[in-house]
Amino acid sequence: MIRLLSLACCLVAALPVLAAEIKTRDRRSGFDFMTPSSQDMQRDDMLNPGMLWVLEGEALWQQQAANAPSCAGCHGDAKDSMRGAAARYPAFNDRLNRPINLQQRINLCRSENQQQPAFEPESRPLLALSAFIGAQSRGLPIAPPEDARLAPHLENGRQFFKTPMGQLGLSCAQCHDDNWGGRLAGAPIPQAHPTGYPIYRLEWQTLGSLQRRLRNCLTGIRAEPFDWDAPEMVELELYLMKRAAGMNIETPAVRP
Amino acid sequence: MLTLAASMPAAAQPLVSYEVVGDAIPQSLTGVPGDAARGRAIVASRQKGLCLLCHSGPIPEERFQGNLAPPLDGAGSRWSEGQLRLRLVDSKRLNPASIMPAYYKIDGLQRVGAAWQGKPVLSAEEIEDVIAYLKTLR
Ligand code: HEC
Ligand code: HEC
Repeated sequence: MIRLLSLACCLVAALPVLAAEIKTRDRRSGFDFMTPSSQDMQRDDMLNPGMLWVLEGEALWQQQAANAPSCAGCHGDAKDSMRGAAARYPAFNDRLNRPINLQQRINLCRSENQQQPAFEPESRPLLALSAFIGAQSRGLPIAPPEDARLAPHLENGRQFFKTPMGQLGLSCAQCHDDNWGGRLAGAPIPQAHPTGYPIYRLEWQTLGSLQRRLRNCLTGIRAEPFDWDAPEMVELELYLMKRAAGMNIETPAVRP
Repeated sequence: MLTLAASMPAAAQPLVSYEVVGDAIPQSLTGVPGDAARGRAIVASRQKGLCLLCHSGPIPEERFQGNLAPPLDGAGSRWSEGQLRLRLVDSKRLNPASIMPAYYKIDGLQRVGAAWQGKPVLSAEEIEDVIAYLKTLR
């Protein structure tokens, strides 16, 4: 029998890789895979380096922009107005007609309500405000909005999660649904729940966003990362939040 | 069963064609035996072979080894040279759900990073070096 390897590959790629989704009762936060000393660091606000960004975010929240109100000027006390906000993003934005994540929401407020240039992706003030707003949801369950307009985006995110990518041809699901708890070199593979973002990652020695983490996994499998806030990345975030619905927010978490 | 590596992206280096017989590729990809010492270095390297991300093996200087795959110890007595070659070149032909990357394949992949496009994970020479090393694991 003679056939072309490329044909065989197409056939293989078309077969669904049957990855079982994690049952609700088996879900674990990345926290549970950490060493006790990293867990202590996250639990104790005096030790958690992420708290520096939370404090900085709190100051930015109050800070007036030139000739424009501060965040607090519109939203008042974040303890009330931002409680639960991070738990329900990404959310559908009417004007853009697509889902946006929390950082994009912050930047929309910057540009539309404060007439200021948007913060750069991964910039210190954007991370600080995200950490401060995220911390207002600490202990609250992740609660993706019930919004039918999100459904096709959620499905795209799910597909993305299950698609083998990169030179190594691995999907997110192959590591995080099928092999969580196993060891990739020294590191335990967590279940990829976005419970703690932005996180202080010991390997980065700084705070970073969920997208930064996703870019690490993509480059790890030698795939081309998407641009910051590319619709595909937001759809992936949306799926991860849905997958983790009901798990508690830990922001700012510590991760190895 | 005869298999040809075909239809590369334009810029890609064509891969050496090979023949699959049963669950093996009996013929060396280069026509010459590999070098076991170079193979060991490839297996140990986190940048090159990446094997120890998933497997463990008798390479004590690499402390952090994976447990997602069978240990490499004994691979040389469990498998013939040809079987080892197909498992490295394209293990998904034997098990489509395998997480083991295809080390000598450039088509059928999606969103390959710019630095890696059109290149297999290992060259034909490197595949033969790794096989020479695996054969020593008896
Ligand atoms: C080859 C295995 C592998 C693949 C494929 C992979 N990851 Fe990961 N991922 C890891 C490991 C290991 C970690 C733990 C951190 C570390 O040590 O790098 C991690 C961490 C994460 C985290 C952080 C979890 C936490 O507790 O904060 C998220 C989220 C994540 N991955 C999502 C993804 C997504 C989405 C994809 C696909 C685009 C993906 N991963 C692909 C291995 C993988
Ligand atoms: C991302 C994970 C991963 C990487 C990286 C990987 N393997 Fe594997 N390997 C596996 C798994 C899982 C199996 C078990 C069979 C299967 O699922 O295909 C396997 C099977 C094997 C086998 C047959 C094992 C046996 O005795 O049954 C050999 C030999 C092997 N791998 C060698 C290597 C070498 C050499 C490298 C690096 C050049 C490597 N592997 C890299 C995951 C991996």
